[in-house]
Amino acid sequence: MSPDSPLLSLHAAFTRQFFRHMRSLMASPADVANPLLFFFMVVTLFPLGLGPDPERLAAIAPGILWVVALLASLMVSAKLFASDFEDGSLEQLALAPYPLAVLVLAEVAAHWLTTGFLLALVSPLFAIMLGLPEQGLTTLVVSLLFGTMCLTLIGAVGSALTVSIRRGGLLLSLLIIPLNVPVLIFGTTAVAEAVMGGNPASWLALLAGLALGSLVITPLAMGAALRVSLDS
Amino acid sequence: MWSIIHKMGSPPWFFRFSGTLVRWLLPVTISLLLVGAFWGLLVAPPDFRQGNSYRIIYIHVPAAVVALAGYYVMALAGAVSLIWRIKMADITMRAAAPVGAVLTAIALVTGAIWGKPTWGAWWVWDARITSMLILFFLYLGVVALFQAYENKTAAARACAVLSLVGTVNIPIIYKSVDWWYSLHQPASIKFTGESAIDSSMLYPLLLMILAFYCLFALTVLLNMRADLVWAHRESSWLKQLAGGA
Repeated sequence: MSPDSPLLSLHAAFTRQFFRHMRSLMASPADVANPLLFFFMVVTLFPLGLGPDPERLAAIAPGILWVVALLASLMVSAKLFASDFEDGSLEQLALAPYPLAVLVLAEVAAHWLTTGFLLALVSPLFAIMLGLPEQGLTTLVVSLLFGTMCLTLIGAVGSALTVSIRRGGLLLSLLIIPLNVPVLIFGTTAVAEAVMGGNPASWLALLAGLALGSLVITPLAMGAALRVSLDS
Repeated sequence: MWSIIHKMGSPPWFFRFSGTLVRWLLPVTISLLLVGAFWGLLVAPPDFRQGNSYRIIYIHVPAAVVALAGYYVMALAGAVSLIWRIKMADITMRAAAPVGAVLTAIALVTGAIWGKPTWGAWWVWDARITSMLILFFLYLGVVALFQAYENKTAAARACAVLSLVGTVNIPIIYKSVDWWYSLHQPASIKFTGESAIDSSMLYPLLLMILAFYCLFALTVLLNMRADLVWAHRESSWLKQLAGGA
C-alpha cells in the first residue's frame, strides 16, 4: 500500500486478506486434497486393524470418524502459518494498521473452508463405508462442521505458537490434543445419540457454542502468539 | 501497594525476600508433612471397607488438589507477565510448570496404586482420572513449549498465551469429561471420596493438603531462586551476596 492510499475499512481488509489466502490455497489443489486422502486412508486402516465385522464397525464408527477428523486437522494445522512466516508476509501483517487478530482470522477462515469444511462435506462417504446407520449421517456432517471450526481455531493457536520453532510438529500435537478433548467428546456423543435414535440437538448446540466461543477468544491468542513468534 | 509490586519485579530484592521466605517455609513444610503423614498413616482409623489401603489418600488427594491449583497459579503468573511484562512473573510461571506436572504425575501414579486393590485394575477410565491425565498433558505442553524456544523471553510469553488458553478450556474439559463418563459408565464404580468422610480421617487430610500447598510454594520458590542465580550469574549484586555470605 502506498503511503497516500486511503486506509481500507476493517471489513474490506478482512475480505481482501481472505481472498488472498484463498487464492494461494487454491493454487495448489494437491494440498487441499491431501488431508481428505489422509482421512480416507486412516479410515481404511480401522477395518484392517479391527476386522471387517459390520456390527462392530458401525458401533465404533462415530468415534473413528471423529478421531480421524481430529488427526487430519492436527496435520493441516502444522502448516497453517508456515509459508507466511517463511516468506515474511506475517511480518507485513503484523505491521499493517489493522488488528492482527482480524487479519489472521481471515486466513484461518480460508484455511477452514479448504480443510474442515470439505472434510465435513465428504464425511458421509466414509461413514457409509464404515456402516454408520443412516440416521446418524446428518448429525455427523453438522457436528463436523462446527467441530472442525473449533479444531481449526484451536489448531491455529498452536500453529501460531510453534511456527518459529524448527520441528514444531510433534510439539504442536502435544499442545493441541488436550485442548481438543471437549470437541471430540461433544462430537462423538452427538453422532452416537443420533444413531441410537435420540435427539442430538443439545450436543450440537454445545459444539456450536464452543465454535462461537473459540471464534471470539482464539484470534486474540493467535495474534499474541504470532507476535511472540515474530519476536523470537 | 504499587511499591511492593515494583520491588517484586527487582531480582535482587526478590532474591533476598525469597531467601527469608524459604527459611521460614522450609521448617513449616517439613513439620506439616511429618505431622500430617504421622497422623494420617498411623493415628487415623482404618477404613471399614478398604482397610489400610485407603491411606494413600493422604498423598493422592493433596497432590491432585495442588496440581489443579498450580495450573491456575501458572496461568495467573502468565497473565501478569503478558499484561505488565514483569520479569518475575515469567520466572514464576516457568518455575511452577514442572512442579505442577510432577504433582499431577504423583496423583496419577498413586491413583493407579490405589485403584489396584480397590477396583482390581491399575487403570480405569474414570472421569477424574481422565481429567487428571489431560491436565498432565496440559502441563507437559507448557514445559515442552518453554524448552523449545531458544529465546527465553519469547518462551515465557508463548507459555503465558498457552496457559491462558488452557485456563479457559479447563472447566470445559472437566465438564465434558464428566458428561462423557456419566454417559458411558453405569454408576457401579464410585469414589469413596464422594461419601461423607469422617472427621478423624478428614483433619489429617486437610493438614496434608496444607502441607502440599506449602511444599508447592517452597519448590516453586527454590526453582525461581535457581533460575535467578543462573540468569544473573555475572551480575554484581549476586557476587556481593555470595561474597558476603
